[in-house]
Amino acid sequence: MKGMTLIVKKITQIICPIIFVFGIYIIIHGHLTPGGGFAGGVIMAGAFILQILANGNILPALRKEEEGLEFLESSAILGFLIIAGLGLLFSGSVVFFANFLNKGQLGKLISAGFIPIENIVIGAEVCAAIAAIFIALVVYKDEESK
Amino acid sequence: MVFKWYAHLIDNSDILEDKMELYLILILVLMILGSIYSLNASDLLSAVISYGIVGFGLVIAFLLLQAPDLAIVQVVVEVITLVVMIATIKNTQAKISQMKFKPKIAIYYALIVIAALIFVIIFEKATGCLNSFGADTMRMAEHYISGVEHTKSANLVTGVILDFRAYDTLGEATVLFTAVIGVLTILRIKGKKEEDK
Amino acid sequence: MIIYILCFLLFLVGLYGVISKRNLIKIIIGIAIMEYSINLFFIMIGYIEGSSAPIISKGFEHVNFVDPLPQALILTSIVIGLATTALLLAVAIRLYQKYGTFDINKIRDLKG
Repeated sequence: MKGMTLIVKKITQIICPIIFVFGIYIIIHGHLTPGGGFAGGVIMAGAFILQILANGNILPALRKEEEGLEFLESSAILGFLIIAGLGLLFSGSVVFFANFLNKGQLGKLISAGFIPIENIVIGAEVCAAIAAIFIALVVYKDEESK
Repeated sequence: MVFKWYAHLIDNSDILEDKMELYLILILVLMILGSIYSLNASDLLSAVISYGIVGFGLVIAFLLLQAPDLAIVQVVVEVITLVVMIATIKNTQAKISQMKFKPKIAIYYALIVIAALIFVIIFEKATGCLNSFGADTMRMAEHYISGVEHTKSANLVTGVILDFRAYDTLGEATVLFTAVIGVLTILRIKGKKEEDK
Repeated sequence: MIIYILCFLLFLVGLYGVISKRNLIKIIIGIAIMEYSINLFFIMIGYIEGSSAPIISKGFEHVNFVDPLPQALILTSIVIGLATTALLLAVAIRLYQKYGTFDINKIRDLKG
């Protein structure tokens, strides 16, 4: 797969950070507005996909990036489990997935206990998973012919 | 003229709410037509593109059914699915051998219609116990809605998936991880050790 | 009731694609259509006439909400659907590279 022309590459450079920041915004406000970890993660993966489509198939760089994405995904699932396990220790009742943090006030950005933290972890996991799938499908497809 | 009619429609917004079911029926008919064309198209690119009709129609249906979370996720997922599918069929031989029309094939289509009718009758018997569309069936939901006092999350859907039903989300993460590992196992031929030599 | 039946017809169209088409990509499209119709059916059951989306904001504390439980279930299901579709496409790519066709009848003939 070849890259596209200079115009496309430049516009991608301008647009991609905006999409990425929008995904982060959706994840952070997941407990107040529509959205959340799943929606924000998929939007961030969309920014990755736009970069790969515009700049084309640079195999060594993408291989390194895919290893990083796998590491991010595995550690995100591990983090989710650790947050769940902390509920066993710090909440009064011994419950897996117990919401042990201070709840705060309804409608504020810092509220709802550990739900925002879980949202961030889920967002990282979904983003890494979908970007890794796309890299595998588009890049490793041509591997045999080389 | 059209503008006047539109202003009238906006003023009496009750009309819009009453016709919700009609709009949904129109969108569903469009989705069914798009899917039939997609399955019968004679070349793969137009099949994939008309499959997009189904996904984007689903986005509008979600918005009408008051599910904005799902609409956001679905619209991005649909775009990524189309990109992945087009990347798959790119540089492949796209023509599909079609069946020629014979009397035998007419019997085949008649059998399909009869089977569909039987399925629909069984479905109607099976789901007859459901309430009609839009009726109030808040047996379970009362608990989750009053649970806002417990979670303090303004978005009720996020409160459900990350607090009451966090085990579901854990299972989802596991399935996603398994799918990624499966894709990498199938597509990566050279292992890392061979590459170093 | 007719709206449920239309939703089920969409499911049947997907089933028709899976059973009778011979192209691998069209089989995958059929599976995805079945999945979409099931998602839509769940959300339709949770819908309540004249109520608003399940998000609490200022001034809307005491209105009726639609059922949040089916929405939460389907939210995870959509993302899983993307991953499983990608898995099926990966299998299709490998089969195409080995046999040079997407037609399952020809793939069956080439066996051995």
